[in-house]
Amino acid sequence: MKPAPFTYHDPSTVAELIGLLTSLEDAKLLAGGQSLMPMLNLRLSQPDHLIDLNTVAGLDAVETDGAVVRIGAMARQAQLMDDPGVRAHLPIMTEALQWVGHFQTRTRGTIGGSLAHLDPAAELPVVALLHDAELAIEGPSGRRNVAMRDWPIASMLPNLAEDEVLTALEFSPWTETYGYAFEEYARRHGDFAIVAVGALLAIDHGVISRAAIAVAGLEPVPSRLDDAEQALIGQPATAEVLRAAAEAAGRRTGMSDAYVTGSYRQRLARVLTERALNKAAARLERERS
Amino acid sequence: MTQHHPQRSVAVTINGVTHSRDVEHRLLLADFLRHELGLTGTHLGCEHGACGACTVVMDGQAVRSCLMLAAQVDGAEITTVEGLADPTTGDLHPVQQAFQDHHGLQCGFCTPGMVMSLTAYLDDHPDADEREIREAISGNICRCTGYQGIVAAGLQAAAQRRDHGPQWGRETSS
Repeated sequence: MKPAPFTYHDPSTVAELIGLLTSLEDAKLLAGGQSLMPMLNLRLSQPDHLIDLNTVAGLDAVETDGAVVRIGAMARQAQLMDDPGVRAHLPIMTEALQWVGHFQTRTRGTIGGSLAHLDPAAELPVVALLHDAELAIEGPSGRRNVAMRDWPIASMLPNLAEDEVLTALEFSPWTETYGYAFEEYARRHGDFAIVAVGALLAIDHGVISRAAIAVAGLEPVPSRLDDAEQALIGQPATAEVLRAAAEAAGRRTGMSDAYVTGSYRQRLARVLTERALNKAAARLERERS
Repeated sequence: MTQHHPQRSVAVTINGVTHSRDVEHRLLLADFLRHELGLTGTHLGCEHGACGACTVVMDGQAVRSCLMLAAQVDGAEITTVEGLADPTTGDLHPVQQAFQDHHGLQCGFCTPGMVMSLTAYLDDHPDADEREIREAISGNICRCTGYQGIVAAGLQAAAQRRDHGPQWGRETSS
């Protein structure tokens, strides 16, 4: 037996699940299990109760409704990678998913699990940040929405109370023509990133009219590079302008651990931001021609 | 010891045979296969999802059996490496045959995970080229072969899958 003993619960509705969350002490939610199960096997996490989201019906739907793409928290990463609506409206997500684990982990791994686990270097929170996703949370007192920018509180700590559950994410696709790119560096393909950067760029009358840049792996929480975005607005998308914006990414302090120094993460953030911006600009150019 | 911890009943079809068992809540699918059912073809390397040795096919999709609980597979259909070869003739599945033909294994520890991963991947991507096959096995660690033989086996198996369709490896028994 690898995990420490726990009691497994398999609710079939969100209401039943919230009832369990409210009544049980020391309970953990199990989504795709690609992060929590290793933590249980290594006994890094030893909850008394495990509540399985996989048995709750209706949490994996992907609905494209005009201006909004609504994705159930239990939508599998493999399912999203193949979803034509996601590919059409959120192409950065399709691209980012290629960096998430391996095909044998994406069959189980979910978007909600990735957002709730909130690994500092995970790819899907970057996509949620780029598109200013709204996260739907349900708890004993009803439903509330959290903007993605307010979701990370600290390293691996989302804005989610112990008796709440993330049930869906709402993405607002950009309506203007835009370019996108996702760049990442990891020691081995499929590992969590050392640093990952996503970028969206739109141009109006020859100058950048809208920009979104988000980085993971650099700091304890993923974040938008507001200063770099501001440096782009109103400027033409020349190599010099994009490079100058990437410099802003390189001014953030990178975190250090036993394997990777902060200065290396800082350098990677600058280099990958520049690459992402150039790729997004090139795609936008092709899109417009 | 065991009876002090909560149990639940599970009925799961593995390699065409339905097994009903009472399992401890915390029992991993991989340990269920190996210890409860004696299906020791599924190997456990890292036990945290990184090495790929424990990969099995559940309801048509490759999954890490060390990252699932036996309690979660009630009603599922699972294929392990024991379910690939023809049960009557013993003929190897085209993926297994390709590994033998191309020396795609040495110690054999990673082989069940490699074979199950490629079987599932090629069922979904019969047109896979070398780059795609390399990416498909990037979640499976082999410490012996240097991967070249495995990639060659994958390419041969892909050609077999294209020639024989979804029934590949099942034709001799029908």
